[in-house]
Amino acid sequence: MTTPVMLGAIRRLMTITLDGREVRVPEGYTILEALHAAGDATQADTPTLCWAPNLNPVNACRVCVVELEGSRVLVPSCARKVENGMQVRTNTERVRHSRRMVLELLASSVDLSQAGDDVQRWMASYGVDPQRYGPPANVAGDRDRRHAGHHHHPDGSTAETVAQPIKIDNELYVRDYSRCIMCYKCVKACGTDAQFTFAITAAGRGFDTRIATEYNVELPDSACVYCGNCIGVCPTGALKSVREHELRESGQWDPAAETITTTICSFCGVGCNLELHVQHAQIVNVTSPSDHSVTHGHLCIKGRFGFQHVQNLPDQA
Amino acid sequence: MLWGSNARETHPIFFHHVLQGLKRGARLYSVDPRRTSTAQWADGWLGLDVGTDIALANAIGREIIAAGLENRTFIDRATTGFAAYRHTVEPYTLQRAEEITKVPAALIKQLAHAYARADRAQLCWTLGITEHHNAADYVYALINLALLTGHVGRYGSGLCPLRGQNNVQGGGDMGAIPAKLPGGYDLGDDDARARFEQAWSAAISAQPGMHLSQMFEAMERGELRALYCIGENPAESEANAGHARHLLGSLDILVVQDIFRTATAELADVVLPAAADWCEYEGTVTNSERRVQRVRKAIDPPGQAWPDSHILCALAERLGHAWGRPSAEQVWDELRSLSLKWHHGMSYPRLEALGGLQWPCPSEDHPGTPLMHARLWETDPELRGPAAPFVPVEHVPPVDELTDEFPIRLTTVRLLDAYNSGVQTGGYMSPMRRREALRMDATDAAKLGIRDGERVRVTSRRGSVEAPVAFDPSLRPGLASFTPHFSEEVDTNLITNDAWDPKSGTSEFKATAIRIDKLTPAVASG
Repeated sequence: MTTPVMLGAIRRLMTITLDGREVRVPEGYTILEALHAAGDATQADTPTLCWAPNLNPVNACRVCVVELEGSRVLVPSCARKVENGMQVRTNTERVRHSRRMVLELLASSVDLSQAGDDVQRWMASYGVDPQRYGPPANVAGDRDRRHAGHHHHPDGSTAETVAQPIKIDNELYVRDYSRCIMCYKCVKACGTDAQFTFAITAAGRGFDTRIATEYNVELPDSACVYCGNCIGVCPTGALKSVREHELRESGQWDPAAETITTTICSFCGVGCNLELHVQHAQIVNVTSPSDHSVTHGHLCIKGRFGFQHVQNLPDQA
Repeated sequence: MLWGSNARETHPIFFHHVLQGLKRGARLYSVDPRRTSTAQWADGWLGLDVGTDIALANAIGREIIAAGLENRTFIDRATTGFAAYRHTVEPYTLQRAEEITKVPAALIKQLAHAYARADRAQLCWTLGITEHHNAADYVYALINLALLTGHVGRYGSGLCPLRGQNNVQGGGDMGAIPAKLPGGYDLGDDDARARFEQAWSAAISAQPGMHLSQMFEAMERGELRALYCIGENPAESEANAGHARHLLGSLDILVVQDIFRTATAELADVVLPAAADWCEYEGTVTNSERRVQRVRKAIDPPGQAWPDSHILCALAERLGHAWGRPSAEQVWDELRSLSLKWHHGMSYPRLEALGGLQWPCPSEDHPGTPLMHARLWETDPELRGPAAPFVPVEHVPPVDELTDEFPIRLTTVRLLDAYNSGVQTGGYMSPMRRREALRMDATDAAKLGIRDGERVRVTSRRGSVEAPVAFDPSLRPGLASFTPHFSEEVDTNLITNDAWDPKSGTSEFKATAIRIDKLTPAVASG
C-alpha cells in the first residue's frame, strides 16, 4: 500500500539580491519571508509590528519597509511578494530613518512599556527618542467619545497620545487601549484570518481611530465569544488576560520566572497544542504555537481560559 | 457535510479550518435538528426531526442512484453489497423522506447532487449521530454515502467522527474497548492475543468483557458487585441517572479515581485522587485525525494526587504484581513493541521532533498516515485488499415515542464555553455563561401559556426536573433542549433515555419524549 505524503505545491525558485547578495527563494514568498529564510542575522531581524506568521499581511505599521530598486517608495517587506531579479536593500539610511520614525512616533503617542523584548531591542538599535516630541499632552481620557477630527491641535510642545482609561468589563480579559498601536492584528484574528466572529473593528478616522466593538458596547454585549485570539496576536500588551493584568498591578508579574510547557488541550478531540505559561506554580497564560498545523496559533475560550480547575492558587491551600 | 455536529461551538478550532475553506469557495451543508451557529454558516441547513437521519441518508443515496451520480468505477472495484443497498434505499423517495424527516424534498435533492458531484467531499459527524439506540446504523448510513460516491481514501475526501475528548481515539486505540487489544487488534485474533500473552506473561480471555451499558445491566442483575471507575462521572453522565445512581449506590464496593470529588466519588467507598495528566504528568493523546501528540507536565499535582498510571502500578503491587514505576515513555515503548501496525514507529523523540504522528506508523522511517483507506483506489487487487462493504440499514424511530402524554422531543446539546458534566469548566468564569434553561420554540410555549423565563416541570417516562424556559429561535416547533453541563441547576440525565445501541453500547441521549407542565404556585414555592 502506498502512503501519500502531503508536500504542498511545488514552487519555482526566484533569484533576488539582499543588500547585494544573491539568494534564491520559492515563488510566492514575501520579501520578509526571504529575509527570514535567506538573510543574515541583521536582515532576518527586520522589525515587524503588524505582521504575524499566522495572519495575512495587514500592511498597517510600515516598520518593515525596505528599499526596492526601481520603486519610488519604500515597500513593506511583509506584503510584497518576491519577483525574479528584485534588488532589495535593508540597511540604507532611508530605510533606517523610516523605521526609526515609525517607532518614534508610535512610542511618543502609545505606551510601549509592555511591548515585547523585540520591540525594545529595535527601539534601541534604531536610536528611537520619543522624548524629543515633548512631554505627553494632558490626557483628557475622552478619546472614546471623540468624533473624527475632534482632538485638539497640538501646540508643538507636547506629544499627543492615545491615552484612555483601561477597559475591564468581563472576567477574562482587559483592553488597555493606551497601549494600542492600531496594528489591526486583533481585528484580523477576530475576523477572516481565524475566528470569523467580527466583534471588533476600527472606528473613527485619522489620529482618532481606535479599536471598538459595534457601537462601542461593552464586550459582554458584543459578538465576542472570548476565544482570546486577539490577545494571542497583540504585540504591545493592550489586550491581556485579567489574570496577567492583576498580577502586573499587584507587582507579582514575574516573566523571568516563567516556564512554557507545550501540551494538548483536554476539551475536545481536535488536539490543539497549548503552551502553558507558568509562573511560581501558577498557570498565568495559555497560548498556542503559530506554526502548528492543528491550531495555527488560535484557540477557543475553553483552551485559552478553561484551566482554572487545575490551578493551584495559594488561598486554596 | 457536517451531520449532527455543531462544530462551531464544540470543535471551534476544527471549524476555523472549515471557515478558511468556505472563504476559498467550499460549500457547507449542515444536517441538524437545530439551526445551530454551525448551520448559520452553511449553504444549506437540513433541519430534520430528531431520529430520522437514516431515512434522510437513505433518501440521499437513492437520489444519487436515481440521478446516475453514483461512482460506478469505485463501487465495482472497491465495494461489496451495492445491489442490496440499492434495494434497501429504493423505497426512500424524496417525498417519503420529506414526510419522515420534515426536510423539504428539494433540499434533500440539492444536497444529494452537491455531495455526489463534488470533486472532494468530507462527511463529519458527532453525537447527533452516535447518541441513538441504533447509533451504529446511523454511522453505516453515512459510510454508505461515501462508498456510493467514492468520497473516501482520496486527499480532501473522507469520513470523520469529530471526537469529543482529547483522547477518545487514543483510549480506544489503547484497548479500552471490550473486544479490542491495544493497537486495534481484535480480541479474537489468536496470533495477536498470543503475542500479548507472551509479553504480559498472563492469559487473556478471547471473550470480550462488558461495555459501560452492559455493566449497568450486570449491576441490576446483581452480577457486578465491585466497580473501579477512572476519570468518569457516570452518576451524572449516564442517561436515566436516577437509576444509575441507585445501582452505583448498591454495589459492594465502588472505587473512584478522579481529579475531583465528583458526584460519583460522593458515592464511593474509596477515592483515589488523580493528577490531571494533560498538564500534571507526561504521556500521549490521540486526536480525531489519529494524530498522536505528547502531553507534558507543566505544574505539580495538588496534595496526594498521583498520575493515573502510578496509581494503577501501586495497586498492581498490592495485588502481588511487581510492575515497578515505569515512566510514561517506558509504558509507551511497551505499547509500541506490541502495536506493530499502528504505533511501532512512533518513538518519543520522533513525536517530539515532528509535533505528532498519525497512525498507522509501522516503522521509524515511516512518515505516518494522514490519509486512510487510499488502498481502495489501487487498481491491483493485491494492493487494494478487502473490499469495503455497503451495510444497508433501515430507519427506526427513537425508542422514546412521542405521544399525547409526551408530545415534545427533548435533545441534549453542548455549549461553546462548557464541557460535558461541567466538572472542569465549572472552574472558570465565562462571561457568556447563562443559567441552565429548557430551550424551546416560542410558539410551542405560547400554546402552553408559558412565558419566557417561567419555571416549568419537564417530565419524561423516567423522571422529572424543574427548569426555567428560554425561547430559542434555533429550535423548531416540537423540539426542546437541555445541556448536560449544569446538573446542580438542572439534573438533565434524570429524564434522558438509557435505551442503548446493541452495537456501540451508547445510550439514546439525543431523543427523549417529554411533557412540559406549568408549575402551580404551591409547587413553585416548594
